[in-house]
Amino acid sequence: MKEEDRLQERPPIEDFLRMDRIPHIWCPGCGIGTVVTSFAEALKKSELDLDKVAILSGIGCTGRVAGYVKLDSIHTTHGRALPVATGLKLANPELKVVVFSGDGDIAGIGGNHFIHAARRNMDILIICVNNFNYAMTGGQVAATTPIDANASTAPYGNFEYPFSLPYLAEASGATYVARWTALHLRRVTKSIQEALGKRGFSFIEVITPCVTLYARRNRLGDGLNLLKYYYEKSEIQHGADTRTLDISYQGKLIVGKFVDKEKPTFLDCMNEHLGKVLGDKYQPYGVYHDGD
Amino acid sequence: MKKVKADPKGVLTGSHYLDGDYAIAEGALAAGCQFFAGYPITPSTETAERFSERIPTIGGVFIQMEDELASIAALIGAAWGGKKAMTVTSGPGFSLMMENIGLACMLETPLVIANVQRGGPSTGLPTLTGQQDMMQVKWGSHGDYEIIALSPDSPQECFDLTIEAFNLSEMYRVPVFVMTDECVGHMHEKVVIPPAEEIELVERKWYTGPKSKYLPFKPDKDMIPFMVKAGDGYHFHITGLTHDERGYPVINAECQDVCVRHLNDKIRTKADEIIRFEEDKTDDADVVVISYGITSRVTTRAVRKAREAGLKVGTIRLITVWPFPEKRIKELAKKIKAFIVPEINYGQVVIEVERCAAGQAPAIPVSHCGGWVHDPDDIFKAIKEAAQ
Ligand SMILES: Cc1ncc(C[n+]2csc(CCOP(=O)(O)OP(=O)(O)O)c2C)c(N)n1
Ligand code: SF4
Ligand SMILES: [Mg+2]
Repeated sequence: MKEEDRLQERPPIEDFLRMDRIPHIWCPGCGIGTVVTSFAEALKKSELDLDKVAILSGIGCTGRVAGYVKLDSIHTTHGRALPVATGLKLANPELKVVVFSGDGDIAGIGGNHFIHAARRNMDILIICVNNFNYAMTGGQVAATTPIDANASTAPYGNFEYPFSLPYLAEASGATYVARWTALHLRRVTKSIQEALGKRGFSFIEVITPCVTLYARRNRLGDGLNLLKYYYEKSEIQHGADTRTLDISYQGKLIVGKFVDKEKPTFLDCMNEHLGKVLGDKYQPYGVYHDGD
Repeated sequence: MKKVKADPKGVLTGSHYLDGDYAIAEGALAAGCQFFAGYPITPSTETAERFSERIPTIGGVFIQMEDELASIAALIGAAWGGKKAMTVTSGPGFSLMMENIGLACMLETPLVIANVQRGGPSTGLPTLTGQQDMMQVKWGSHGDYEIIALSPDSPQECFDLTIEAFNLSEMYRVPVFVMTDECVGHMHEKVVIPPAEEIELVERKWYTGPKSKYLPFKPDKDMIPFMVKAGDGYHFHITGLTHDERGYPVINAECQDVCVRHLNDKIRTKADEIIRFEEDKTDDADVVVISYGITSRVTTRAVRKAREAGLKVGTIRLITVWPFPEKRIKELAKKIKAFIVPEINYGQVVIEVERCAAGQAPAIPVSHCGGWVHDPDDIFKAIKEAAQ
């Protein structure tokens, strides 16, 4: 085979992964890998300069994503990827900054950072893998575990109200909000691609099976069964009111793109406001023009 | 190590009447700090206020974060985004920062944290002074690591040592702490800010080799790895997990040994170059008073009185508290009767003095639990008793 042919046949994802770190740590059948594939596909389609894209993760199974993606990548501490991302974005505003992490990381321990980054409309894309539990530590109950679902620290089933992440994101100020399941590969890819092309706080939730813990403990079959189940139970409702997106145990999953609007970002607001108040004395910060 | 002159944009050259908190902000601006993330807490808030007022006309970012966990996290991001970054806090906020101080050490990230100490534990004495975080700054995050901590005794030193803190953090790729206290933080004194061309800054140790060869944690000859910033095409990976030179996680005891030894030894083996203290009249001293920060100013009065009374007393004023001047303490311990260690806590740095003196001379604490500076007479009495 000629070298170009071989290159052409090479799966695109290899260009985006640290192949020297493969095999990865995820269980066979885990859905995280498919979301990473969608991300890589979206990056490729977006035609962004990969030198200017940075990815950050917190801690967890999903938190390992930053370690496998061949971009400037920071594996931070549990819950803190977003504030690290905030510092990174503000220090180098020409970066496209992506936070890729788990539901526990983003909405549990990192929940405060989540609502505040959204409130500020920080120009960051969050891809949140929601597997309804704290997987890395062995399947404990999370802020997203549906009522009645079993978890290692909710052995009689969960009785706490879970967060609806799209609702939380929109209420906090996000300008792009979508939810898919990991089986909606093309849709996830499209959403990520769209969000990469936007400025502002974007949030994409991907419901993803954790075969080893959540599925096994709740006797939901293997990864494929579970994915199919999520897929069949999901109903696409673009523009749905985010107040109606609660997830009940093995119930209907409303997916789609719920929010897509424009709003000045933190840096836009800072430059605008301080420029207005301070006039010529103000030193505009981080203003980049395409093609400069 | 590449030295450059300060950019005049941030330097408020002249003679000013400033409190310590403001002087810290001016030191940061003079050092070229363009990123400040913080959360209000007495008695440190004035530093954040000053920075937020000054930075818009200099060029940079001030952001008030949602809490101190976020502040320190944002500093780490900002440093890897290529900026010099700092925050300021006090006891409760300092406690919240601990986990990510560990991350900053693990990622060998240059950044500066000022702690305007107040009385603790817990909410303690928000408006009153303390020096009670002196052990926490060294040991507060989990695992073995080394940091550098400086202790200014005046607003002028708040300015000078904040610049020094930035320089040290760049030189050693390590978080550096300006451990002041409420008293110095709120004390107004003359602060002379020199012209920019008289302020020497250490430039970040930027990597310039081939892109594919960059290793974020490969020690250079001076043990300090080169740094890059996100967005320059290096596609680096850094992680708080135990990692190799590439920044890749390696979860075993061998890699842990190399990684953690490096974090510690890059400071320990350079301690002599880092350590700064002022020593006075120790040649024939019977007693040596070791103090730092505001307490060293109170000590001056006590020592003057003791000398007037004919007592042979010397002093050491710590400018760097960590790393600690272990060698000098050891030498002195052999020839003096006792060390006196006044500090505004219930006995912290005195434990380190005792350890270094290793039984050759006692280390006598003059402790109290915070809220006020010492009565010089308490220090005088301790000197007198020890000298006899
Ligand atoms: C401060 C802190 N607390 C607890 C942990 C332990 N821990 C590691 S991962 C994790 C949960 C991760 O859950 P999630 O973010 O949902 O990721 P998943 O593993 O499910 O992908 C926890 C609690 C930690 N690393 N740090
Ligand atoms: S434990 Fe669950 S989330 Fe983690 S890798 Fe395995 S299947 Fe995936
Ligand atoms: Mg999870």
